[in-house]
Amino acid sequence: MNSCIVAFCCEHSAYPAADLAGKLKLHCPESLRIIRVPCAGRVDVIHILKAFENGAVAVLVLGCEDGACHHITGNTRAKERVKYCNMLLKEIEADGRHVAMFNLSPNEPHKFVRAVNEITKRIKESGR
Amino acid sequence: MIIAERKPMEEIRQMIAPYKKLLLAGCATCVAVCWAGGEKEVGILASQLRLDQSKGRKKISVLEATVERQCEKEMVEELRDKVQEVDAVLSLACGSGVQTMAEMFEDKPVFPAVNTTFIGMPEREGLWVEMCGACGDCFLDRTGGICPIVRCAKGLLNGPCGGMRKGGKCEIDPEKDCAWVLIYRRLEKQGRLDLMREYYPPKNYRAVKRPGRIQAAKA
Repeated sequence: MNSCIVAFCCEHSAYPAADLAGKLKLHCPESLRIIRVPCAGRVDVIHILKAFENGAVAVLVLGCEDGACHHITGNTRAKERVKYCNMLLKEIEADGRHVAMFNLSPNEPHKFVRAVNEITKRIKESGR
Repeated sequence: MIIAERKPMEEIRQMIAPYKKLLLAGCATCVAVCWAGGEKEVGILASQLRLDQSKGRKKISVLEATVERQCEKEMVEELRDKVQEVDAVLSLACGSGVQTMAEMFEDKPVFPAVNTTFIGMPEREGLWVEMCGACGDCFLDRTGGICPIVRCAKGLLNGPCGGMRKGGKCEIDPEKDCAWVLIYRRLEKQGRLDLMREYYPPKNYRAVKRPGRIQAAKA
């Protein structure tokens, strides 16, 4: 799990998008680890921190588009948690670690790849 | 319930600086409900301490444990084995829990990771407000169940003061409702407005001797 990117993918949006990206053979970094979750709102702060403890350099939380969450408010809750998690990381000066939330639809494989590339870029910029 | 909030990370870092192995002890009662010191918060703080990369920070080993009530000796007793393994304890319980822990394990330093702030209730998700000052001489029977001692910024027993803002807001904090306006409206609903005409002499704040101690009649 060392130096990997963990992506928590909502099974109603990001996971089908990641699946489609695979079918279209779109390129994603080898270090990407996808974890399927029933909703982005299922991802808690502790899950993100545990991913870092186990060696991840970045964590992505990928959920449905604003207003389209299958569980109504899961994506907005996830966004707040990601914000809180960034504050916790700042407190411990773990600047090299990144957490980000992206919203996408199940038919947007390119957006999924863009999100992964965006976080990879941030990792490279921070020199890890 | 007792409301607390976590201390700033820098303060926690300074307290635990000399120690290599710590036990993070949570309490699953009041402080868990106010998101300050329950099992979840213990996990988050433990994770933060393990990941801490601040300047000069040494790697530390952190154990985690949460008991149902840290202010009860029988429940804290469950932690004895874990406490023996560590150099110090960082407690996420209220001040009472921290002291119980410190009394039970006198040979280990016990540090507070939260600031105990007040007795209150949740107003909405993530917001807690003070409700009781634990003054030891309850006044709520005369104020329609609203405590002016803590909910009035001036703690007036004979209110409202002359400075109430338009809309029944407090002159000190326009965000807050004037406690005496709330009391008036509550008593009006109950048909007990005559209580507003009563004069209440200065309160006896010596009703509770510090430290407080209550012996149950049939103990």
